[in-house]
Amino acid sequence: VKQAIRAFIVLVLSACASTRVDPPAASTPASSPPRATAAIDRSNPPQLGPPPSLQLPPIIRRELPNGLKLLIVEHHELPVADFILLLGTGGEGDPAGKAGVATLTAQLLEEGTTTRNALQIADQAAFLGAQLGASSSWDASRVGLHTPTAQLDSALALFADVALRPSFPATELERLRKERLTSLLQVRDQPRAIADRAYASILYGASHPYGQPLSGTEASTRAITRTDVQQFYSTHFRPNNATLIIVGDVRPDDIERKVASLFGGWQRGPVARSEWKEPPASSTTTIYLIDKPGAPQSSFRIGSVGVPRSTSDYFALLVMNTILGGSFTSRLNNNLRETKGFTYGARSRFDMRRAAGPFTASAEITAAKSDSALIEFMKELRAIQDTVPAAELMKAKRLRQLELPALFESTRDIASQLVPIVLYDLPGDYYNTYVQQIERVTQADVQRVARRYINTGRLAVVIVGDRTLIESSLKGLQMGGVEIRDITGQPVRP
Amino acid sequence: VNQVLLVALCYLTTAATSGAQAIRLTSEKYTLANGLEVILHEDRSVPMVAVNMYYKVGSGDEKPGRTGFAHLFEHVMFMGSQHVPVGMFDQLLEAAGADNNGSTNEDRTDYNIQMPSNALPLALWLDADRLGWLLPTMDQAKLDVQRDVVKNERRQGVDNVPYGRAFETIAAAVYPRGHPYSWPVIGSMEDLSAASLDDVKDFFRTYYVPNNAALVIAGDFNRDSVRVWVERNFGEIPRGPTLPPRPQPASVTVARDTFLVLEDRVQLPRVYWTWPSAALFQPDDAPLDVLAYVLAGDKNARLYKRLVYDLQVAQDVNAFQASNRLSSLFYIIATPKPGQTPTSVAQLVNEELTRLMRDGITDRELQRAKNTFRARRIDQLSSVQGKASLLNFYNYFAGTPNYAEEDAARYDRVTREDVHRVAHAYLEKPKVVLTVVPAGQAAMKVTGGAK
Repeated sequence: VKQAIRAFIVLVLSACASTRVDPPAASTPASSPPRATAAIDRSNPPQLGPPPSLQLPPIIRRELPNGLKLLIVEHHELPVADFILLLGTGGEGDPAGKAGVATLTAQLLEEGTTTRNALQIADQAAFLGAQLGASSSWDASRVGLHTPTAQLDSALALFADVALRPSFPATELERLRKERLTSLLQVRDQPRAIADRAYASILYGASHPYGQPLSGTEASTRAITRTDVQQFYSTHFRPNNATLIIVGDVRPDDIERKVASLFGGWQRGPVARSEWKEPPASSTTTIYLIDKPGAPQSSFRIGSVGVPRSTSDYFALLVMNTILGGSFTSRLNNNLRETKGFTYGARSRFDMRRAAGPFTASAEITAAKSDSALIEFMKELRAIQDTVPAAELMKAKRLRQLELPALFESTRDIASQLVPIVLYDLPGDYYNTYVQQIERVTQADVQRVARRYINTGRLAVVIVGDRTLIESSLKGLQMGGVEIRDITGQPVRP
Repeated sequence: VNQVLLVALCYLTTAATSGAQAIRLTSEKYTLANGLEVILHEDRSVPMVAVNMYYKVGSGDEKPGRTGFAHLFEHVMFMGSQHVPVGMFDQLLEAAGADNNGSTNEDRTDYNIQMPSNALPLALWLDADRLGWLLPTMDQAKLDVQRDVVKNERRQGVDNVPYGRAFETIAAAVYPRGHPYSWPVIGSMEDLSAASLDDVKDFFRTYYVPNNAALVIAGDFNRDSVRVWVERNFGEIPRGPTLPPRPQPASVTVARDTFLVLEDRVQLPRVYWTWPSAALFQPDDAPLDVLAYVLAGDKNARLYKRLVYDLQVAQDVNAFQASNRLSSLFYIIATPKPGQTPTSVAQLVNEELTRLMRDGITDRELQRAKNTFRARRIDQLSSVQGKASLLNFYNYFAGTPNYAEEDAARYDRVTREDVHRVAHAYLEKPKVVLTVVPAGQAAMKVTGGAK
């Protein structure tokens, strides 16, 4: 028996009475409308029937003898299939001083194999009407394929070739190095990219991987060698560090056979996990101002080091952040956009990774309102620490519960929903219990996690904008010291 | 080696062609007594529904001095109506697990809502209320806050973005003064400031009438119930006055090659070549899409391979046919790498165009483009929201919602000769060439080298 694991997990989200939307008042029942000509009573929104139950397709789990795990979901609506080969190491595995190795390794997979050059790979993918792509996040590297099933065999062979037999041609490495250095030059034009990079650097410092850009710095981009790339690949691209997610118009036995013939010879290897120091903790709230002469808006990034994906507070944080800045009607967006008109949109986010990623509240604010906006940001970050009204809590919970079907619509959607299951070892019944887990979040939970993870006395406030327009008013707020930083987030000598 | 390759290529061509999947998207269409078009497409594969509402008005219908108004008005449509207090439009939908948005372009404005299927009555009730009862609670405050939001949208998307003003600069040069596409959809700050509450009321009474709208419902619903719901929600909204005649400008030509320069806060210059081209769904539209793909659609594309991959003198190159109802624009855009000049890159672009004009394209290039387009088209059918917006798009621009098969077929019919012909017919005509340069370096601008 080749299949080490053969588990069928049926995910059924049944809508119980408690997941119903409770509208203000009953009016016309939607299910039994009266005569078509009757005008409706418009004084109240219609009362909705119970939400539909979402029947998620079973996940079939298999494992090849070399340790490669397969997650297969059949989805026959369209003649397409999605594959994600997920490797359990991403940018967190970049060697010291070599930020960008993981993303460069992924990028180079498509630049040559032992039998195909970069142009041939691109030619065949386009010819098949397939989308092939490799990338790295902090926690993982991935090779993705989206293909019409009419071309499945050819596309899968190309996918396997790129994943298993990259040749890392030196000429392609040099071309991409040049491209990356030019992109780094262009970052100077982009206030939002400057803000993102400086914010990460200020929160995490130089000795933590999250403090460096995934795509590298100028120094690291110059320092990376072909050996670095080969070493990253040979260490982390191993079947025992990999899962292949398959979603689409396929039959499990058939696709397993095809995958086994392409990936069966892939050799196991020891996979080392990198270790790093905890990021520095801030003891004050500080405004870091980065000058962008002529900028009509100021880019705000406000927050602190947050939580890892493994946190037991995941669902409480999901609901709390939905209220604070995780939806259109959230407090930050409602205040800064819909009430004040300071911005086109304000939001907040806990970026949960294997280690604690950043919590960030952000917006692009019209320059003249930079100080007013900071007052409002701080007001909301403090107010979320008070008890949230029951109706507001309910709205946030319903949104996160009822949007679930939309996350499982296409093969691409389903495949990407399986990624965190694999990456963070979430339980097999994760999506079965998702609705109930959200239902359990209380007002007290929301308040507790807001107080625990958002400390308005210890925030980094990064603002990229026209210093001549905004510095004095920001200083006048006395919300924290104002430090001038350069575009990489480093101190500027006066 | 060549022979082996050839055999492989032939095999693949056969495989790719015979494996082509049928593209189907069919719907039922009817019209209410007040003129509202209704288009229904059932898809029970997921328990979701998408509603897409088209109003046949866009920035091209704006009055002089009010650029950006159609889009500003779109924002005001989310601020509530007589039975929906400010903020409740989005709150009700979020509490029902629905996602919603709107978009405006030169020719139309659309509003979409996607939701779990039980929330459909709410979406219809909300969309009907803002079509039938927007003005009773309309006030200056709603307009003012969205005016500020939209000005920030312009800052975020245009003014605080490198090269952000390029497209509006080009449009103003390609299109004659007064042409509906000669100003940007987002509008100018000055015109946004000028928009008044009376403008909102006039615009609403003129364009936001059932006889200027089309409602698509796609997804998991019961057809008989939905027909009743639509009638009960929308049926009593009175038909509006006859619509003002839509602009019918003469076809657009650029009299002679025009070279422009725009200084910006950028590290690298960027060159934009723009030609007027065939309108959406005109016979030359699909071949122009293929031409754009052959020039810059993938790594082997002519311009990408030569400028970015082989010579590495450009950081990026793009080409696309931006199709619109009245007329279209064909763009080529390239960013010289540090140390390269716009003029030297322009020379290489001209060389590649000359070669293409002389030799035409290969079967392989044509097939890559067709297969890629077909795959993209299938992907558009993977969500109820994608299908809903496609049905309204076809209904308005092609005259029937059931145009998916024909839309796919017009690409299948493109020949190498078609692509060669449209390259000559459009890209040899006079064009507008804009060079965006770092401040103080206007001398960098491309001034010729044109064929």
